[in-house]
Amino acid sequence: MAKVPVQFTLNGSEKAEFIDSGTTLLQALRDKIGDTSPKGGCHQGTCGACSVIIDGELRLSCLTLAETCDGAVISTTSGLSESGVLHPLQRAFLDTFATQCGFCTPGMIMAAKVLLDHTPNPSRDEVVEALSGNICRCTGYEPIIQAVLTAARANSQNAA
Amino acid sequence: MELRKNYFADVRKDDLNEIGQPRPRSDSPGHVTGKTAFFADRNFPGILHLKMVRSPHHHARIRSIDTSEAEKHPGVVKILTAKDVPHNVYTILILIQVGPEDETVLADGKVRWKGEAVVAVLAETERAAQEAAAKVKVDYEVLPAVFDMEEALKPGAPLVNEYHGQNYYLYDSGECRKVRFGDVEAGFAGADHILEESYQSSPIEHAPTETTGCVVAPEGNDRFTCYTNTQAMFFTLDNTSIILQMPGSKLHFVGGTVGGGFGGKVDVIVEPIAILGAKLTGRPVCFIYSREEEMQISSPRAAEKVVIKDGVMKDGRIVARKVTGYTDAGAYSRHSPYGAQKGAGHYPGPYTIPNVWIDTYCVYTNRTPSSAMRGFGVTIGDFALEVQMDKLARLIGMDPLEFRFINAYRDGDMKAHRQPTEGAALIECMQEASRAANWPVAEKYMAMSSYVKGA
Repeated sequence: MAKVPVQFTLNGSEKAEFIDSGTTLLQALRDKIGDTSPKGGCHQGTCGACSVIIDGELRLSCLTLAETCDGAVISTTSGLSESGVLHPLQRAFLDTFATQCGFCTPGMIMAAKVLLDHTPNPSRDEVVEALSGNICRCTGYEPIIQAVLTAARANSQNAA
Repeated sequence: MELRKNYFADVRKDDLNEIGQPRPRSDSPGHVTGKTAFFADRNFPGILHLKMVRSPHHHARIRSIDTSEAEKHPGVVKILTAKDVPHNVYTILILIQVGPEDETVLADGKVRWKGEAVVAVLAETERAAQEAAAKVKVDYEVLPAVFDMEEALKPGAPLVNEYHGQNYYLYDSGECRKVRFGDVEAGFAGADHILEESYQSSPIEHAPTETTGCVVAPEGNDRFTCYTNTQAMFFTLDNTSIILQMPGSKLHFVGGTVGGGFGGKVDVIVEPIAILGAKLTGRPVCFIYSREEEMQISSPRAAEKVVIKDGVMKDGRIVARKVTGYTDAGAYSRHSPYGAQKGAGHYPGPYTIPNVWIDTYCVYTNRTPSSAMRGFGVTIGDFALEVQMDKLARLIGMDPLEFRFINAYRDGDMKAHRQPTEGAALIECMQEASRAANWPVAEKYMAMSSYVKGA
C-alpha cells in the first residue's frame, strides 16, 4: 500500500513517519511513534480516552486522520510534565484521588488542560461541560471535577 | 461525613499509623503521566490481529464451515476452528471442582447464543482480519431458542446445553440451592399479614473504558508471555493450561493493570485462543475486543427474578420468609452457579427471621452467558429485599427504618444457613444513617445495640 509522509511536532519534538492512508492519529501515535498515553476505548469518538491537543484545540485522535495533522503542533499527557516536575493538573489529579483504573486519566487531563488554557478560573459548571466528552467508569467524576478546580486555584495562586 | 468513634469504643484502637491518613496510591503517578502500561500498550514487531467469526443465531446447529475464501484473503496468516483447540470444552470453575465442562472455546457443531465464537482469523492487520472473517462461510440450521427463565424450566423447552442435560444447574442439593430453617408454613399460618411480590432485573454490562483483551508474545523457547487485563490472573493461567494442554511453566502471564473491570474481566475468554494463535504461527498476537464486542459479547451481570413471600406481624416482626431466586446464566455456566448459590446464602438479608425457606435456581437460556459483576448473586437480591421491606412497613403502617430495627440481625443470632451472626453492626449503621439523613426514629431504637443482648 502506498505510504503517506506526515510530519508534526509532538510534545515539542519533531516527528516524521510514513503511514498508510487512513491511519488514525491514535494509531500513528501509539503504534508508529510509541506514545501510548492516548488510549483507545471505543474507536468511535464516544469515550474521550484518546483525547489530544492539536494546535491548541481538544481533538479525538481516534477520529482524526494522521495525514491531516501534517505541520500540526500536538500535545499528549505524556509530554505534560517538565524535567520530572508534574504539571499542576497532574499534581491535582494525584492529590484529590482523581484516578482509579487510570485508563481515562490521560484523556481527562487533556480535556482539562484545554479548558484551563482558555478559561483559567472556570466555574464548576464549566468544568463539567469541558469534561462531558470523557467517560470515567470508576470515580463517579466528583474527584476529577475537584482536581480540575484545585489545579485552577493553584494556577491562579502562582500567577498572583 | 463525621467519623463516629463512640461505637465499639472498648474494642477500638486509635493509635493507627495508616488508617485515617491520606496516602498516595502507588499507581497514580503512572496514570497522570500516561506511563502506566496497560496490556494494549505493548507492541511487538510482526504482531498479528485476531478477529472472531461469531454466531448470528441464538441457537443453531452448524452444518459446515468453509474457510477457503477467507484463507485466500491478502494478509491472512492462520484460521482456527474447534479442531485446533487441544481441550475445546471447558468451564472456568472446574478448578474448584464445579463442573461439568460445558462451554466451547470455538463452537463445535452447535452455537447456543448470538455472538458465540465460531472461527478465529489471524491476519497481518486488523482490517485484513476483519475482512477475512466476513468471508468465512458457516452453514447453520437454526434451532428453536428460549430466552425466558420460567419458559426454559418448563417441560418440553428447547434444551440449551447438552452438557447439563436440563436447563438448570444440577447442584448436589438437586435442581436448586436450598436453605431450610424453622417451619415456614407454620410461620405463614400464624402471621397477621402475608405479602408475596416478585422482582426482576435485566442483564447489566460493566462497560469498562478499556475493552477486554490480551497481547501474546512467543519467547522463542515454547514459552509465551501473555499481557492481559484479566481480573483473575491465576484462574486464567490455570484454565489456559487446561484448554491448551500446556504446563503452566510454559505460560508467563503479566497483568494486574486493568482499565476498569467491575467483575467483567474474570472470564477466560481471550487468552487461550490468542496464545494458541501465537503458538501455531510463532508470532505475537493481539486479541482486543471492539467496543461493540465489549457491550454485546462480554458477560453481563445475570438477569434475575426474585419471588419473596413474607409473613409479618402487626408489631413489625417478620415471622416467615420464602424466597425463590432465578439466575439467568445464559448459555453457559461461567460463574453463575456460584452466583445463584451466593444468593441462597445471602437471603433472607440482614434480618433475623425464625422461619425461612430458600430455593435459588441457576437457569440456562440462549442468552449471552452472564458472569461476575460487583456483588453478583447478592446485589439484585438486596434490591428486591429492601423494596420488599419498604412494602411490608407500609402494609402494617410502620416507619420503614423502625421496621428494619425490629428485624435487624444482631451478634449471636443464628442465620438461616446456620452461621451465627458476628460483628453485624447493622443497628449502629442505621443509627448513624438516621442521624445523617435526619430521619429520626423512636429513642428505644437509638438505644439498641448489635452486641448487647436485650438492648
